[in-house]
Amino acid sequence: MKRVVITGAGTINALGHNVSQTLEAMREGHCGIGPLEMRDVERLAVQIGAQVRGFASDVIFNRQQMALYDRFTQFALIAAREALDQSGLEFSGALSAKSGVVMGNSGGGMQTLDENYRTVYEDGKNRVHPFVVPKLMNNAAASHISMEFNLKGPSFTVASACASSNHAMAQAFQMVRSGMAPVMITGGTESMLCFGGVKAWEGLRVMSKDACRPFSATRNGMVQGEGAGVFVFEEMDHAKARGADILAEVIGFAMTSDAADIVMPSRQGASRAIAGALEDAGVNREEVGYINAHGTGTAANDKTECSAVADVFGPHADRLLISSTKSMHGHLIGGTGAVELLACIMALRDGVIAPTIGYEEADPECALDVVPNEAREATIDVALSNAFAFGGLNAVLALRRV
Amino acid sequence: MSVKDRVIAIVAEQAVLEPSDVTMDSTLEDLGIDSLGLVESIFAIEEEFDISIPFNANEPENSEFDISSVATIIAGIEKLVAEAPAA
Repeated sequence: MKRVVITGAGTINALGHNVSQTLEAMREGHCGIGPLEMRDVERLAVQIGAQVRGFASDVIFNRQQMALYDRFTQFALIAAREALDQSGLEFSGALSAKSGVVMGNSGGGMQTLDENYRTVYEDGKNRVHPFVVPKLMNNAAASHISMEFNLKGPSFTVASACASSNHAMAQAFQMVRSGMAPVMITGGTESMLCFGGVKAWEGLRVMSKDACRPFSATRNGMVQGEGAGVFVFEEMDHAKARGADILAEVIGFAMTSDAADIVMPSRQGASRAIAGALEDAGVNREEVGYINAHGTGTAANDKTECSAVADVFGPHADRLLISSTKSMHGHLIGGTGAVELLACIMALRDGVIAPTIGYEEADPECALDVVPNEAREATIDVALSNAFAFGGLNAVLALRRV
Repeated sequence: MSVKDRVIAIVAEQAVLEPSDVTMDSTLEDLGIDSLGLVESIFAIEEEFDISIPFNANEPENSEFDISSVATIIAGIEKLVAEAPAA
């Protein structure tokens, strides 16, 4: 089996328009959540979210591109450009033929759906723009990355709700580890912060109206975010041979299904995924120093996740650090695991643990060191990233410091 | 503006050209308009004139609407506009 390293990272999210801005905001414990700015916001019961602001997409993309790129594709391309630029890779010949793109995404082109449903239902028009389908299909982001960077190997999109990015990155990891592809571009993207997207989430009654406070006894729900994270997963020898800067090694993953409930999380499903990732990576539980939690800030997730961590790690659960950066960048749904992987890379590479902000009061059901409110310095050898999706689909990744 | 000038303006915008560069005997291929550009142009023309253009991208040669040159497109639209019910 091949070893797999990360040689490029890119992002755009509510905390920043690139990786350095995002990591700086995480170090500082900045909150990217604020009042939503969108049409008909006064008709929403939930009026906060972690929106990407100051984003002049029509300056970055030309008119023809704008006609074809939904916001989730725009985010993905911006993140991919940063990641590919950092990696220094260019794709031609055999490298191009074998390398591909696996992106996580849940909703597809929600902005496009929203706008065009308005056109036909609200405005009563009987004609929509001809590019509605190629804009909203949820493989559009992966496809446009493949086109822009000449990636001709396996490319597709993975949809598993809030675990989409982790499932996608696990797929990409497997492809590089097995020797099937020398390089895979992977991550996730989402843009569900439109009227219909927020309205749908409202209906489930799991959204907070004021803040995302994971693990805090005062938590009252999740807050939606938007954006993308994209990484270059590269076979280690390939990366070393060209003298690439290696950000971290991906050492294992596991995926499990609760097979129980369409929305309620399962302690066993989560703990089997965490334990499975350790087994796949061949690491002892004592080696894990940091977990980027799924940590949505809902009553159900946070206590279930903490008990799953306690089950797997035993006494070591009290020594490791676990934080939820969703408190800062919101829940990016299908893109969330990708942005959260940045916090794992920061922990491994820079020895800085991103905090769980908004933490107000300890909850006995979440009695772990959740790095409340302020970032912390720590030397981390192995980090995990958890994602537990609606539908009971769980995916955990394991990374090691290089 | 006449129907002709309005159609030429739409085609020129799609082709990223000046309207003066769009001649009556130009084909869409001459103008660099591909299949997606064609359906986008048809959409823009339908919006501009509030008409429905009978065009099927699967069999353009058999469509009632002749897209073989700018001149045939304009002629087809002039006919559709004339037949359209008064608003």
